[in-house]
Amino acid sequence: MSGEIQPIVMPKWGLAMQEGMLAEWLVEEGATIDKGQEIAEIETSKIANVFESPAAGVLRRRVAEEGQTLPVGALLAVLAPATVEEEAIDRFVAAFQERFAEALAAGAAQAAPEPRTVEAGGRRIRYLEVGEGAGPPVVFIHGFGGDLSSWTLNQEALSETRRTIALDLPGHGGSDKSVATGSLAELAEAVADFLEAMEIPRAHLVGHSLGGAVALELALERPGKAAGLTLVAPAGFGEEIASAYLEGFLQEKRVKKLRPVLEMLVHDPATISREMVEEVLRYKRLDGVVEALSRIRESCFAEGRQRIELRSRLGELAVPVQILWGREDRILPVRQAEGLPEDVPVTVFEACGHLAHMEKAAECNTRIAAMLERA
Amino acid sequence: MPKKSFRQAINEALRQEMERDPTVIVMGEDVAGGMGAPGEDDAWGGPLGVTKGLMPLFGRERVLDTPISESAFVGAAVGAATTGLRPVAELMFVDFMGVCFDQIFNQAAKFRYMFGGKATTPLVIRTMYGAGFRAASQHSQCLYNLFTHIPGLKVAVPSNAYEAKGLLTQAIRDDDPVIFFEHKAMYDDEAEVPDEPYAIAFGEANVTREGEDVTIIALGRMVNFANAAADRLAAEGISCTVVDPRTTSPLDRDTILETVEETGRAVVVDEAHPRCSMATDIAALIGQEIFDSLEAPVRMVTAPHAPVPFSPALEDMYIPGVDRIVEAVRQVHGHGRR
Amino acid sequence: MQLSREDLLEAYRRMRLIREFEDAVHEEFAAGNIPGFVHLYAGEEASAVGMCMHLDDRDRIASTHRGHGHCIAKGCDTRAMMLEIFGKREGLCAGKGGSMHIADLEKGMMGANGIVGGGPPLICGAALAAKTLGTGGVAVAFVGDGGSNQGTTLESYNLAKVWNLPAIFVIEDNGYAESTASSWSVGGSQTGRAAGFGMPGTEVDGFDFFAVWEAAREAVERARAGQGPSLLHVRLSRYYGHFEGDACTYRAADEVERIKAEKDPLLLFRRRVGEAGLLEPEDLDAIDRQAREQIAACVRDAKGAAYPGEADLTTDVYASY
Repeated sequence: MSGEIQPIVMPKWGLAMQEGMLAEWLVEEGATIDKGQEIAEIETSKIANVFESPAAGVLRRRVAEEGQTLPVGALLAVLAPATVEEEAIDRFVAAFQERFAEALAAGAAQAAPEPRTVEAGGRRIRYLEVGEGAGPPVVFIHGFGGDLSSWTLNQEALSETRRTIALDLPGHGGSDKSVATGSLAELAEAVADFLEAMEIPRAHLVGHSLGGAVALELALERPGKAAGLTLVAPAGFGEEIASAYLEGFLQEKRVKKLRPVLEMLVHDPATISREMVEEVLRYKRLDGVVEALSRIRESCFAEGRQRIELRSRLGELAVPVQILWGREDRILPVRQAEGLPEDVPVTVFEACGHLAHMEKAAECNTRIAAMLERA
Repeated sequence: MPKKSFRQAINEALRQEMERDPTVIVMGEDVAGGMGAPGEDDAWGGPLGVTKGLMPLFGRERVLDTPISESAFVGAAVGAATTGLRPVAELMFVDFMGVCFDQIFNQAAKFRYMFGGKATTPLVIRTMYGAGFRAASQHSQCLYNLFTHIPGLKVAVPSNAYEAKGLLTQAIRDDDPVIFFEHKAMYDDEAEVPDEPYAIAFGEANVTREGEDVTIIALGRMVNFANAAADRLAAEGISCTVVDPRTTSPLDRDTILETVEETGRAVVVDEAHPRCSMATDIAALIGQEIFDSLEAPVRMVTAPHAPVPFSPALEDMYIPGVDRIVEAVRQVHGHGRR
Repeated sequence: MQLSREDLLEAYRRMRLIREFEDAVHEEFAAGNIPGFVHLYAGEEASAVGMCMHLDDRDRIASTHRGHGHCIAKGCDTRAMMLEIFGKREGLCAGKGGSMHIADLEKGMMGANGIVGGGPPLICGAALAAKTLGTGGVAVAFVGDGGSNQGTTLESYNLAKVWNLPAIFVIEDNGYAESTASSWSVGGSQTGRAAGFGMPGTEVDGFDFFAVWEAAREAVERARAGQGPSLLHVRLSRYYGHFEGDACTYRAADEVERIKAEKDPLLLFRRRVGEAGLLEPEDLDAIDRQAREQIAACVRDAKGAAYPGEADLTTDVYASY
């Protein structure tokens, strides 16, 4: 009967994640849970998020305690039919813990892939490459003020079957911070240079917000470079943008003041951890960052309005494109996704803000994977 | 993000600023070491190796060993700063300030004001402070309060490696004389420190955690003790805000007052002697500005009014430890409650 | 290198300006018009001017509390100086330094200093900067016989020597450190001390502009050529007290009178250039008149000028707040 006992373990969110803290259980022992049901809230040093059950069954034992920090792969809970006896579950837990402890002691922690840099078009660009596979690789492009870690919950999943690369745009992350005008064209060209330096003739581009506009601009200006596009709440589809967000992002220097600004990005404010806010502050202190972001803002979003217009050019695309957006997006309103050509599928997620790729990671990954199949 | 030690972070700030700006020079006793001696050049890199590797990179024109002559070479650093260089002079132990204080407090600090705004003195003096090395009373003092007292000086007291690199970078770029305090017991302590250059602005405190019950304001090494105390207190159900002012001059009064107003209860942790100190300065500020928000008197956790003792048994009692901070917070938390 | 006619006129002009300036300040102080402490340089003009004639915009000087003479010799504006001494807003230091801290960094004058011995380390720094930046400049510390005993001064000799700095130490020995004779307070000799530190040291008659000028020329050339520091021991006399208000009872009753009659630097200069036929008395008289008028105008302006206001109280403490 022990074959029916299923362990629920600490997930690996992102390639650098070594451990997580179980902040809160959302289900009781004895409850019947479905696959995909939210069963706990987990916090890492990078992110706080709900954990969706990877399996269905009866939650027989909550092994991890609230507030406990455990390594990736550690036992959190046990699912088993109601008919399985308690002693069997005890034995299962003990055996699992012993094996797990051995694996840990053997120093089995696999080194996570580290970001690397490449010289592209006279710039140093940082990127994280994971996975192998046939077909054009997936290239992820983050948004204003973000970096490659924006795709933490996406890159791992998609890298199982495909080569994936997340890059830092100029002015961001670990890439060169100097930016000439900060125009959309400049950013798109930087990505084109990057693809060339990496010897990638064609890629699936997944872009978020400003990164979505960059992806689309690149696909339009350099036909053939993009095999397909997934745009998550992209810029360039309307005039409106929450200028208060851009202003606050640039101006605020204290965690207390910056946090409400970053909370504008998501539907559930608890998603924004203190560490995330600290990281943005630290990023902004790096030489050249504020200058670079100011130029990009001036070029693309001057005076609180979007200066880039890409919606009207969708028809020029010769490759598939899909749009993903959160209903509760307070940065770029979801109505900018309306009235698009019929052959552009649009998915709107409920209870989701501007960071759909994080807030609805699993659903986004499914749709990206589907695009990879199509194209 | 790479982890670097306090020592490495300081070295990196110096190296990157010297690469960026050819007018930045380093001077001090044995900052390279081996000058004129038959053995290894760059033999020391400073008494605790903080400046090692700089002389081979930048040469002896930019990394200058000095005779043991603080009043002359600190004064020279002041004069050089006023006439086109950006010197980073090392006062090996802040306890030695007695032989060069005039150059700092009467010359460097006052030039700009006395000369009607016409002098600019972009000087940094790096100095070691703090107890814990059994180095006894003449090599273990804090003394940042004395420099804080002087208008015209700026004073930075970093609490970890990340803070150290950013504050030292700012100190070098700042056009005012800055005294940069390095706790000698922290040089091996590590934190995540970006490879790229960055500056942390002066006069902006860091709130390392937010809580509802008590606000702890701590300086330098004490910030880490305060965080440890806050962890322990959280398990008892007392949640603390911890504030690291980063610079005692300029002092981020706004953050200190706001965070104390939120909780109504404050503890100030300062390793220095208790009279006329940063602890009394901050406590008085709180009392004057937000008296009505206070639920309890401000408590100060400091060393005793005694020179730093030699014996490990005594020195360990001397340094304000996590236990005493926890106790002070409990007292303040319990004040006026049944 | 000889002194041209223009040089001679300029040297005399500077010395006369100093004399007029100090005499005027002496009068105004006695009349109660000047606040604080004032230390006058009258009688010592040949030292400041003899040295500063060799200096240009690359060079820096640091002075003692007795700084007006060095200031004028280095080319600072006498009107702004006077306003500063009166504590006025348009003064050289915006009224915030006064006589004891009179300075103009733009002219390379790093300030009179209220701390005895404050100058020499600063000058080591200025010399270091000149050397590091390759400006070709030199740095000159004017030090009194009193200041020559201060640890900072002696340490500076050592530092300048081991770092081979383009520094010059001018010991202006007027015989008195405040009220104490230098013959009593100085152990060894000034030039002996220089030798002790491996520096060339020269005895100089400070009443004779040309003697100072010649000794200074060698020292400046040596420094510019990268041959390191030198010391000049310049013997001279101050006509007034250590500070204004000093009754000078420690001096012999007729000491100053005799010096003025026999060895006044301006008098000696006149005699020398007259005997050598280099300048006519009329040339020098014209300078005398012009200097007197110039200083009188400075005093008038200083008296009429406005004081700084509350808005100025806390400005310029920092470059950035």
